[in-house]
Amino acid sequence: MQLSLIIQREYLERVRRKSFIITTVLMPIIMIGMMVFPALIAIWSGPEKKTIAVVDPAGIIGQGLPSEGELSFQAVDMSVEEAKADDKFDGVLVIGENLINDDTDASLFTREAVSMNTEQSISGELSRIVEQKRLAQYDIADLDQIIAAVQANVRMQTFTMGDDGEKETSSMASYLIGMVMMMVLYMFILMYGQMVMTSIIEEKANRVLEVVVSSVKPFTLMMGKILGIGFVALTQIVIWAFLLLAFTMWGLPAILSYASNMDADTLSLILGIGNPAYIMKLFGCMTLFLIGGYLFYSSIYAAIGSSVDNIQDASQLTSFAVMPIIIGLLIAITVVNDPTSQLAFWSSMIPFTSPMVMMARMPFGVPGWELAVSAVVLFLSVLFMIWLSAKIYRVGIFMYGKKPNIKELIKWAKYK
Amino acid sequence: MSNLLEANGIVKNYTGHKALDDVTVHVPEGSVYGLLGPNGAGKTTLIRIINHITAPDAGEVIFDGKPLTADDVKYIGYLPEERGLYKKMKVGEQAVFFARLKGLSKHDAEVRLREWFQRLEIDNWWNKKVEELSKGMAQKVQFIITVLHQPKLLIFDEPFSGFDPINANILKREILRLRDEGATVIFSTHNMNSVEELCDHITLINKSHNILTGNVEELRRSFGGNRFRITFEGDRAPLTEAITPLVSYIGEDEEENKSVGQSLIVELADKGARRELIDKANKSTELLGFEPLLPSINNIFINAVRNSTESASEIHPPVFKNL
Repeated sequence: MQLSLIIQREYLERVRRKSFIITTVLMPIIMIGMMVFPALIAIWSGPEKKTIAVVDPAGIIGQGLPSEGELSFQAVDMSVEEAKADDKFDGVLVIGENLINDDTDASLFTREAVSMNTEQSISGELSRIVEQKRLAQYDIADLDQIIAAVQANVRMQTFTMGDDGEKETSSMASYLIGMVMMMVLYMFILMYGQMVMTSIIEEKANRVLEVVVSSVKPFTLMMGKILGIGFVALTQIVIWAFLLLAFTMWGLPAILSYASNMDADTLSLILGIGNPAYIMKLFGCMTLFLIGGYLFYSSIYAAIGSSVDNIQDASQLTSFAVMPIIIGLLIAITVVNDPTSQLAFWSSMIPFTSPMVMMARMPFGVPGWELAVSAVVLFLSVLFMIWLSAKIYRVGIFMYGKKPNIKELIKWAKYK
Repeated sequence: MSNLLEANGIVKNYTGHKALDDVTVHVPEGSVYGLLGPNGAGKTTLIRIINHITAPDAGEVIFDGKPLTADDVKYIGYLPEERGLYKKMKVGEQAVFFARLKGLSKHDAEVRLREWFQRLEIDNWWNKKVEELSKGMAQKVQFIITVLHQPKLLIFDEPFSGFDPINANILKREILRLRDEGATVIFSTHNMNSVEELCDHITLINKSHNILTGNVEELRRSFGGNRFRITFEGDRAPLTEAITPLVSYIGEDEEENKSVGQSLIVELADKGARRELIDKANKSTELLGFEPLLPSINNIFINAVRNSTESASEIHPPVFKNL
C-alpha cells in the first residue's frame, strides 16, 4: 500500500515532466529523422542537379556517361575555356585524346569542391568505359554477353554450427544488434541509476526525507524510489520499442526503396530486425537483463546517494558503481569479436558485468543454460545488493556534514 | 493515569559515541511531555527509536501497553526538526500523499485537509507549488500533515523554530486543542522558554543520559526555595558586599520594572540561611521587598546540566572524540 503510493509518486513526478516527454518522444524521432531526412529531401525536393559539361574532342566517351543521382552529363561541342565560362555548367570534365592508353589523361574542373563519392563514381564510370574500349580493341566476338556472364558480386552467407542444425546468421548483423542492445542497456543503467542517486541526495538535502520516514520505513521508501524510477525507464523503453516497430513497418520500406545501393550485410541486418519472433526473443532477454542490471546498480546508487549531502561529495563513491559498468562495457566490446571465449563466459556470469556482456553475446546465440544461470545469479545478487544497500541507506539518510568513505558505509551496514 | 508510551533503559551506540545510555521516559496518556536537552544530547535519536525508524541496541519501547511495532507508527504523528517538502509538488496533492501514507483514504484525506486548511486560513494554497511558499507557510503545511491522521501520540521536534510569534501562538493553540481532544504530546526542544508553559512533565537529557525527570510543578517547587528577588533603594555596593558570603549567585533582575527602587536576583547557598540574608540585606540598605522565586525550567535545566557535567567529569576521565 505504502510502497505503491511511493512508486506512484516517483513515477508521476517524472513522467509528467516536460523533459521526460521531450526525451522520450522527440529523441527517437530526431534520430530516425537524421537517418530518414536526407533521403526524404532527396525524394521530395529532388537533388540539386549538377550539370557537368563533357569536353571530349576525340569522342571517346560520347554519351557513355549515364546521368545518375544528382549528376547529369552533357556532351558539349566547345573548347575547355568556353565550357568553363558557361554558367549553365557546374563543372567541366575534360577527356584527353589519349585516355584509352593513358589512365591519367582526364581532368575534372568544378566550381565547388567535389565530394569523394562524386569523384569516385565518375572515375569508376570512366574506368568502366575505358575498360570496354580496351577490350573492344581485341575484337572478341559476343563481347557484351561475355562481360555480362563474367560479372560477379560475391555475397557470403555465414552459418553457426550448433546442435540444432545450422542456422543462418550474419555476423555483421549480430555484431550490430549486440552493440546496439548493449549500448541501450548501458545507457539505461547509468542514466536511471544516477537518477536514483541524485533524487535521494535531493530529498536528503531538502529534508523531506525526514518527514517521509516518519510514516514509512526507510526500506519501503528506498524500494519505492528504485521501482518508481524503474517503471519510468520501462515506460521509455516500451515507447521506444513501439516507435521502432512503427519505423520498421512503415519507415523502413520507404528508405529501402530509395537506398538501392545498401550492402548485403545491412540488408540482412534490417531483415533480421524485421523478423518479429527473433526480435521478441532478443527484446525479452534484453528486458530481463535490463531489469536485473538496473535493480543491481540502482541499489548501489541508492546506498551512495543516501550517504552523501551533495552531488560533489558523491563523485568519489560513484566510481564504485561506474567502474564496473564501464568495465562491463569494455569487456562487452571485446567479447563481440569472440563471443564464446572464457572471458565472455565468466564475465557474463558475474553480476557486475553480466547484463552488458550478455547483451553483446545474445545475437550470436547463447546456450539456454548459460542464460538461465546468468539470470539466476544476477537476480540473487540483486536481492543481496538491495538488502545491503537498505542497511546503509537506513543509516546514511540521517548522516549529515561529513563525506563518508567505503569503510564507514560498511560499518553502517552493521548497525542494528 | 496510565502511560501511553514507556521507553525503558534505551541504549543506542554509533561508531565512536553512545547516543543514548540507559534512558527511561514514561509519558502519561493525555499529557504534554517535554523532552529537553542541549543540541546533540540524544533527543532526536530517542524520538527516532520511538518512531520505529531505528532500533535500540538495548531496552524496550512500550506503546499503549504493548511492545512497539512498525504498525504503531500510524498512531504517531511526528514533526521532525529538519523538515522539508517535495518542492515540485502542489500543496494539496502533497498533503494528500502524506495522509495516504498514514493510511487515510484519498477521500477522507481531502475532507480533513480542507477543514484544516480553512482553520489555518490557507485554503487558497491548495494548488500552489511548495517552492512558491515561504518557510513559515511550508511549516504550517507540515504541521497539518503531522496531525491529520488524528494520532494518539504527537511528537514535535523544535516545533516553533521558523515561526513568527503570531503563527507560533496559533500552533500552540492547535496543539493544546488536540491535547484536549485526547492526544498525548511530546515536545523535544533545547529552547525551554518556548514550551515551559505547555508542559506537564519533563525529562532532561544531557550527553546521552537522562539527568532529570518529573512533573513540572513539583520540579519547580523542589528546585525552588533558595531563589529570591531583593528590592531596595540606594547604593548597591554595600548590599552585595554584605550578602556575598551567603549566596551562590547574584544577578540582574531581567524582569525589572523600574517603578520603585532597583532589584537583584540571588540564590542562597544554604536554604536555611534565609533569615540571615534578610537581616544582612536590611542592615546594609534601604530594603523595600524580599520575595521568593520559583525557578524557570530554563534555570533548572542549566543547573542540572551544570551539576551532571561536573559530577560526570569527576567520575570519568575525559573522552577524546574523534570527529
